[in-house]
Amino acid sequence: MPPDFIAAWLNKNDIFTAMTIMEYWDGMVTTVQLVFLCLIIGLAFAVPLAILRTVKNPFVSGPVWLYTYLFRGTPLLIQLYIIYYGVAQIPGIQETFWWEIFREPFYPALLAFTLNTCAYTTEIIRGAIISTPHGEIEAAKAYGMNWFMRMRRIVLPSAARRAVQAYSNEVIFMLHSSAIASVVTIVDLTGAARNIYSRFYAPFDAFIFVALCYMVLTFILVFAFRKLENHLLRHQRPVGS
Amino acid sequence: MKKLIIAASCALAMFATGAQADERNLRIAFDVPYEPFEYKDENGELTGFEVDLAAAMCEEMKADCEFVIQAWDGMIPGLLARKFDLIMSSMSITAERAERVLFSEPYYNTPGGWFGPDSFNADVTDMSAMKGKTVGVQRGTTMDTFVTEEMSGVVTIKRYTTADDMVLDLEGQRLDVVFVDYPVGEQTVLTKEGFKEVGEPVKLGEGVGVAMRKRDKDVAEEVNAALRKLKENGTYDAIMKKYFAYDVKV
Repeated sequence: MPPDFIAAWLNKNDIFTAMTIMEYWDGMVTTVQLVFLCLIIGLAFAVPLAILRTVKNPFVSGPVWLYTYLFRGTPLLIQLYIIYYGVAQIPGIQETFWWEIFREPFYPALLAFTLNTCAYTTEIIRGAIISTPHGEIEAAKAYGMNWFMRMRRIVLPSAARRAVQAYSNEVIFMLHSSAIASVVTIVDLTGAARNIYSRFYAPFDAFIFVALCYMVLTFILVFAFRKLENHLLRHQRPVGS
Repeated sequence: MKKLIIAASCALAMFATGAQADERNLRIAFDVPYEPFEYKDENGELTGFEVDLAAAMCEEMKADCEFVIQAWDGMIPGLLARKFDLIMSSMSITAERAERVLFSEPYYNTPGGWFGPDSFNADVTDMSAMKGKTVGVQRGTTMDTFVTEEMSGVVTIKRYTTADDMVLDLEGQRLDVVFVDYPVGEQTVLTKEGFKEVGEPVKLGEGVGVAMRKRDKDVAEEVNAALRKLKENGTYDAIMKKYFAYDVKV
């Protein structure tokens, strides 16, 4: 395409003005913040929960099982609705300090996303932990390592290697799921696209552009995880490559 | 040869008049429920101000009309995709929409109304009093455009897809005030305990028009003529009185 054609097209369209690009940018920042925070917090809680989930005592592993079952068994949209609209209906909540947090849509959404991704991540890590080869644990026992040391030195490092591929899927799913944040008035990428669509009635332009933004974010994540996998799983590569 | 030409032109003329005498088939789209403009009554029958007006208009145009239910988000795409021919679902005439569809002359205009809790006492037209307040609007409405243009940077604007979600957040005290189509606010906010109208209603824009595809200029002419007739002969006033206690005529 010749440049003057692009310039002419840009001049007569409403979607790619400085103002709408700024809206998309603000939306992108919100999406990245929301997804990044919920993944970090979710992962931090998922590791201890996954270990508890592998404990033989049902009074320890049972509650964790119930939690992951509940949050993996219901749609994220419903969880978000319950946390956002439900909490506001609790009598007297507006007078407590909790309201400072739940008044803004960001924190209820962050809470819903964190609980959801934490449940999935817990199950991913648990699967990796219980598939640790018996021989490795026996060898560690033979060296006289106690439970804590075995966990730290043997089980968790090898579980992390096995979990990373499944976890990269969870991260990308979470990025895409975050699109529903726009139903509770958060102006994330999808929220920006919906606002611009409703203003100019140009669904293709508004939503295709936002789809491209998500794809760029996804490619960055895929690239980062490939680097991480190459690093963590380099012992699996054939010799000499 | 001459006879043949005469016969052919006669046949053609008959065809042409025959086509004109034929009733026009029109499919009209509504997004329900949007009381009192279009909603289903207790028997499940489609009714409301715009539905009655559409029926009267069809009679005036001698058109054979079919009413279609369509969700708001797909209204203009559905019209352009020929799923229906007219939109009579409280679509306000705006410059942005007019680039995609052809509007008739406006057939009603309701003001936007300010509604809030009883404790709300700021003047909604005073920007310094409104500073820092959170205002709820329905996304893409003329109320949204008004608040976005006049109050951006002064107030925090929250946009909702449905009026129900917005009223829920007003009740939950996430919003200080909502700016919503007056009849909608009347039915959703004012029916609740502890809420009131907090400012003068604001007439916005040209009003609501029938939306059609750009190429259907002939339909638009007929629609305009029919609407004008209904406004003059009292049919419009009779329908309006059935649904409103105040004047929405333009």
